[in-house]
Amino acid sequence: MSAPSDSSTPRGEAWVWFSGLGLIVGLGMVIGLLSLVFLNGATVFWAPPVPVAQLDDGRTLIGQLAQRRIRAGSPADQPKYERQYQVGLRELNGNSYLWVDEARIKAETFPADILGLERVENGPAFVRPQSLRRSDGQVVAIAEPAFEVAFQAEVAAASAVREKLVEITRHRIGDVNAAMEQSRVGLRRAEDLKLADEIAARKAEIAVLDERYALLQAEAAKVTAGGAVASLTAQDAAGREVVVPLTQVIRAWFPNRLDTWGRVKLYGSRLAEFIFDEPREANTEGGLMPAIFGTLVMTVFMSLLVTPFGVITAIYLREYAQQGPLLRIVRISVNNLAGVPSIVFGVFGLGFFVYVLGGSIDQLFFADQLKYNNNTPVFGTGGLLWCSLTLALMTLPVVIVATEEALAAVPRGMREASLATGASKWQTIRDILLPASAPGILTGVILAMARGAGEVAPLMLVGVVKLAPSLPFDGSFPFLHMDRKFMHLGFHVYDLGFQSPDSDAARPMVFATTLLLIILVVCLNLGAIWIRNRLRARFKGASF
Amino acid sequence: MPSLMTPPSTSRIQVRPAAEREGRKDYISIRDYGFWYGQKKALEAISLDIPERQVVAFIGPSGCGKSTLLRNLNRMNDLVDGIRHEGDITINGRSIYDPGLEVISLRRRVGMVFQKSNPFPKSIFENVVYALRVVGVRDRALLEEACETSLRKAALWDEVKDRLDDSALGLSGGQMQRLCIARAIANRPEILLMDEPCSALDPIATGKIEELIHELKEQFTIVIVTHSMQQAARVSDRTAFFYLGKQIEYDTTEKIFMNPSQAQTEAYISGRFG
Repeated sequence: MSAPSDSSTPRGEAWVWFSGLGLIVGLGMVIGLLSLVFLNGATVFWAPPVPVAQLDDGRTLIGQLAQRRIRAGSPADQPKYERQYQVGLRELNGNSYLWVDEARIKAETFPADILGLERVENGPAFVRPQSLRRSDGQVVAIAEPAFEVAFQAEVAAASAVREKLVEITRHRIGDVNAAMEQSRVGLRRAEDLKLADEIAARKAEIAVLDERYALLQAEAAKVTAGGAVASLTAQDAAGREVVVPLTQVIRAWFPNRLDTWGRVKLYGSRLAEFIFDEPREANTEGGLMPAIFGTLVMTVFMSLLVTPFGVITAIYLREYAQQGPLLRIVRISVNNLAGVPSIVFGVFGLGFFVYVLGGSIDQLFFADQLKYNNNTPVFGTGGLLWCSLTLALMTLPVVIVATEEALAAVPRGMREASLATGASKWQTIRDILLPASAPGILTGVILAMARGAGEVAPLMLVGVVKLAPSLPFDGSFPFLHMDRKFMHLGFHVYDLGFQSPDSDAARPMVFATTLLLIILVVCLNLGAIWIRNRLRARFKGASF
Repeated sequence: MPSLMTPPSTSRIQVRPAAEREGRKDYISIRDYGFWYGQKKALEAISLDIPERQVVAFIGPSGCGKSTLLRNLNRMNDLVDGIRHEGDITINGRSIYDPGLEVISLRRRVGMVFQKSNPFPKSIFENVVYALRVVGVRDRALLEEACETSLRKAALWDEVKDRLDDSALGLSGGQMQRLCIARAIANRPEILLMDEPCSALDPIATGKIEELIHELKEQFTIVIVTHSMQQAARVSDRTAFFYLGKQIEYDTTEKIFMNPSQAQTEAYISGRFG
């Protein structure tokens, strides 16, 4: 027997430090990740001053500083830096971004006349404006005091025209096209079945739609030809003349003239576009509205599907099934299901939900659609419903395990009290056990939601796309289109980061999208936690 | 009332004279009853008759099987896996193990109050009318009437009549237990089983519940398990003493406490063991 230690610290106390260290490492990594995403994501929309840089080879460039990093191969004690400028004008420069050795920059100035432009095509541009050709043909030179007011007025007018055009071409003509599609399918069917009445009716429908289409085309033409297009003549850094039609301009600002409030307003306007608008330019510009909406709707549907399934299963396992070796095997299998790689669920979803279930639904309910519309599937292809179901299946074990534990944690006294009053087992479960275990069940749903909202791999197989033509929710019956493909923030991050034609332009958007995804998941979880706490408050003080 | 407020004395035990009332003498009849939890025999050769509308107390040291027997009267032990019994228990002549008798309808006739008060996390009103809700009573007026009657019988009405919609979990310990009694009698059972109903209560709350038992006796047959000899003496008409799963003695309370025929009973009652 060893001599008793007279130290006041019991042996083994060192492990406290080890476990504390584990926590610190874990916390450090989480905080590091979040701050990296936050710092990079939140600064994307900020408009800093834009320099004109003179290089030692006589070149000049105008651009917004994008990154600064140590040059590869430079000695560690005397690091040499290089800078990446976003110079814009992709149609002239070939690339929006340019790397420059810091040592080669002779001088940097911030002239007040630099103009930043966000454009519909070819990315942004940083130019020195020369003159404005107004839509009435009048030319205003930069030196004239009326220039800036006239310029912003013309930009606003051109934006209005562009939005009207988008409204006509994309939405209204899109609706006509969708209706036309339906009518054509109907016509083909009628012709095939030789239904004279319907043929006539469908032809009449098509004629009406054709007429409407022509009208909209004419309206669109009128909008574009409503007056001469205003344009801006400017010089780029090399002194080349650039003419930008103002209908191309989404936003224009003088980055070296803005005060802080102006920058905040610009930030707000870009952020609003990011959240509420549709994407442009291969998703590297514009907004994420469809992806936010898709993620939200899919997660909510997943939760609505997985909760009843999981709860019913857990009730059976815990309350009704004969406890024994068979049940143990079932339980182990359910728990193992949680460890199956998510892509496996994607493959299952594609093979079973999409092809078998969706295919059968198409055969049964959309046979005409298949036959007369070139075998275009309705449910037999990826879509919102199948994504929700696949993720529901994937998160099922989480809900089952949480519900079982919650049911087991209901005090025995409550169960006995209910049974002793003559309630049946089902009445006891419904009236006593389920309400009492609701907070625990919701904890499981929260975990399931957190996992489901961030999942991408299986979704790529069962219905998430890079660019969906329409939201899964719109004004046409049945309003919520469970068969439609949709966009998803997680997939958007993958697509921007790895599939984008312009990786430099996509980089800031990757961070911004990631930040948005994290915020969305946090909000969903906070919502669920709020509900859970309200439920918990009802049971507070229960002493058993 | 004053007798209720006197603290239980250990030196002198007050015994109520047995008041024999009209009613069936063998209302609950237990015959040669044995009971096993798995391999462990918990009860052996129990035979006793409980008369209608009387209070019978089961006493004995911990683990003697008195609670097991009580919980078998409404088959609450069915929840336990691996149980087995021999012999029979009849209530009003009908076996509780009759295959034609639903255990649910048995429990509707045999109410139960537990050692720990176990109100549901619902309102006071919903707690009381729970037994009526489960049989499908929807009529609000009927439920309200039953709620008031039960709460009055449980001597709780005056304390809670203004806050029936408050959570039952906000009541005091004694009120909660009386609420549980109100809940147990709301669907008018014939028998009320009480498993150490006062063990977690202070003397004042205990006094109220004992008073209640006297009043409920007019309508219900009551079986009470208690660890308190004083309580058994105060509330019961007949007392059964159990030891190690066996029934040692069963007689009128007066006889058990004044002149027990078994040495073990006397030893237990006088506090020499148990």
